[in-house]
Amino acid sequence: MGNASKDAKEQKKNEQKQQAKAYEKYVKKFTPSPKYFSNSVKAFVVGGSICVAASYTQEMLMARGFEKTEAGSIVTVLLICTAQLITGFGWFDTIAKFAGAGVIVPITGFANSMVAPAMEFKKEGPVLGSGAKLFTLAGPVLVCGISASVIIGIIIYLL
Amino acid sequence: MDYVWTFIIGGGICVIGQILMDATKLTAPRVLVLFVVLGGVLTGLGLYQPIVELAGTGATVPLPGFGYSLTKGAMNAVSKEGLMGALTGGIKDTAAGVAAAIVFGYIVALCFNPKSIR
Repeated sequence: MGNASKDAKEQKKNEQKQQAKAYEKYVKKFTPSPKYFSNSVKAFVVGGSICVAASYTQEMLMARGFEKTEAGSIVTVLLICTAQLITGFGWFDTIAKFAGAGVIVPITGFANSMVAPAMEFKKEGPVLGSGAKLFTLAGPVLVCGISASVIIGIIIYLL
Repeated sequence: MDYVWTFIIGGGICVIGQILMDATKLTAPRVLVLFVVLGGVLTGLGLYQPIVELAGTGATVPLPGFGYSLTKGAMNAVSKEGLMGALTGGIKDTAAGVAAAIVFGYIVALCFNPKSIR
């Protein structure tokens, strides 16, 4: 008696598993496989263009008498502010939908990742809403980046 | 510094990110973290500096460049000031970008309201 019910249970479990597998297959039929090539081309062109634009701006600034590192900082700040303003207007997601990593991997993506959640959680107040959420995505980047740099600095010191 | 190399290296780094996001289950924030740490490690090994010299902003504008600036700052400060430099150098060199991102980002977040994707 006990065995029979156990068998029945197991059978039911197996059936469920099979059903889940079949469903997975069924879903897979309808999820579009990512278009690796066209996505990569878009990311390449947009990402490359952003870098060239940054380079051009840096050279223009250097021609006006700014030092190279100073010009570099100004370009970074300009890129960040532009990306954040575009995020504010709500255009960044539209661009990111097309360009993918082309706008996410450059510093523009970092800038966007700060404003987007901060804007989203505005209702929770300026301190615990926007103020805290500014770092939901930028936090990990800063934490890991700074940790890595400090550890490498210590290793260099010890060598 | 050539625009061609800037374009190729900058675009190439973005393509690596795109493939990582498409082919693996890594989400965008994880890719960003991975890139920053990778940039730092490559800089520590002395492998990123040649890329920066070749491609300029093509290597510094993508996120590995952020890791590069952090680590390069720490390394330079260590050689000048010793152990404390490891703590101060990185943030000092990237302070302009980070401070701008925080302040301007906060202002934008307070001034604008979220919109749905068009």
